[in-house]
Amino acid sequence: MLLAIDTSAGTAVAAVAADGRVLSRRATPDTRRHAEVIGPFLDEVLAEATDAAPDEGLDGVVAGIGPGPFTGLRVGIAAARAVAIARSVPLLPVPSHDAVALELVEGGVAAGRFCVVTDARRREVAVTEYAAALPVPTVVVPARLELRVGFAPDAGVALYEVAEIPAVHLAHVAAARLAAGIAFPTPQPLYLRAPDVTMPTGAKRVTS
Amino acid sequence: MNTDKPLVLGIETSCDETGVGIVRGTELLANTIASSMDEHARFGGVVPEVAARAHLEALTPTIEQALETAGIALADVDAIAVTSGPGLAGALMVGVGAAKALAVALDKPFYAVNHLVGHVGADLLRDDEGDLELPTIALLVSGGHTSLLHVRSLTDDVELLGETIDDAAGEAFDKVARLLGLPYPGGPHIDRAAASGDPAAVRFPRGLTLPKDLEKHRYDFSFSGLKTAVARHVERMRDDGIEVPVADIAASFREAVADVLTKKAIAACVDLGVPRLLLGGGVVANARVRELAAERAAAAGVSLRIPPLSLCTDNGAMIAAIAAQRIMAGHGPSPLDVAADSTLPVTTVQV
Ligand SMILES: [Zn+2]
Repeated sequence: MLLAIDTSAGTAVAAVAADGRVLSRRATPDTRRHAEVIGPFLDEVLAEATDAAPDEGLDGVVAGIGPGPFTGLRVGIAAARAVAIARSVPLLPVPSHDAVALELVEGGVAAGRFCVVTDARRREVAVTEYAAALPVPTVVVPARLELRVGFAPDAGVALYEVAEIPAVHLAHVAAARLAAGIAFPTPQPLYLRAPDVTMPTGAKRVTS
Repeated sequence: MNTDKPLVLGIETSCDETGVGIVRGTELLANTIASSMDEHARFGGVVPEVAARAHLEALTPTIEQALETAGIALADVDAIAVTSGPGLAGALMVGVGAAKALAVALDKPFYAVNHLVGHVGADLLRDDEGDLELPTIALLVSGGHTSLLHVRSLTDDVELLGETIDDAAGEAFDKVARLLGLPYPGGPHIDRAAASGDPAAVRFPRGLTLPKDLEKHRYDFSFSGLKTAVARHVERMRDDGIEVPVADIAASFREAVADVLTKKAIAACVDLGVPRLLLGGGVVANARVRELAAERAAAAGVSLRIPPLSLCTDNGAMIAAIAAQRIMAGHGPSPLDVAADSTLPVTTVQV
């Protein structure tokens, strides 16, 4: 069984059996309550998964590593890393857009080249370009930020914008990578943006 | 669960220290800290997003290191504790997310507790002094907070007497340090520079100590006026082509801060008839604050407690200690849907 956690958009948690069967899942599109809902979601999903498949142990924790707005994105990655050390199982980092891409290709929605797009706030979107393939879609251009207004993919490249990341497919991507022996990325978040900082400009005068 | 001497792992991520502590009741087993302070140095103050990113990277290695120090396995712990506030929202959320996940994955109870009460609870973990007596007044001063508390019980009766109405005292040290061309963090550098200076060279203002201010803000603090006064003084000297006597300015500034902090803290002890004062937070590293507090406490017949610095700066052990107190007092766990609360009131010991 794989447990998948993603907080790059809303919050999504799913437990998927070794044979691909969905044992339990929870999701909300709410982008403001990651730190709250992660607790009950994990609790309920793990309990239901154990009930549904008492003989399946946890084989790994899949962490959606974004891209996504920083504050929320970190909650899920912190939680995934914690579950992995608590249960002594591998952490399997997967770019969140890969889950969307797989869902689109498996569902026969996307073919050829296509873009997965999610909101990045500040009038920007995060974009990853894929070529349809199975067991996992091929990344053509890795995640990057684009201005929302005026962004258009190349001719013939379809665009799919989503507000939620399917945790079930995040687990499917990880399972496919494991089965095919494809390496996983490092577990660092795909922030795509440097932190906001104001460099001190020397002390400002208080007297005129 | 062992409610007699519970084994608790505490996680603290409210500011720039990633702290993981392990306690058994009031016995300290591990106090592991990873600080992102160096990453903030070139910005002259804690940058919240830089701190939050550093927490995520440091957290699991710090947990593993604390377990190794304590010589226990995660499965051994009776409960997981975390700071749920007050502090920087994005930083708090890293700890809260990880702590909930640990608790669920280990099937252990989850305790979300108050950072400021944690600072007081740190004193329970000392093995160099007798037990903490209550009630006590507590003065907690750091880069993130300046608070004066009346602590009647560590588990359910803590009152906020006053706090800063603008900058934290630690922030004022950072800003004045920058003004004087001293590096970040300001506290230790100002302390060092002040050692050879004259604290009476300049009489800088003591915020909220005038009679009209005392009516409304008897136990509150204000440091922004002091900071501006130092800036004005330094600018005037530079404008007049006078070389700025850094040691004297540092000593005079430090004296103003130490004076107002300790005067109000001792006043609270006297007013409320509580002959005990506890200091906490990173500012206890400041030699003059410690010295003046000791002097004035002795004069007022107040007994002064200052935990060792490793327990005064932000740490996870103090968070574990407060959760252990709550467990020993029979309180149940926090709900798994609690939020990180950047302004959590001190009256809420556990969420
Ligand atoms: Zn603190």
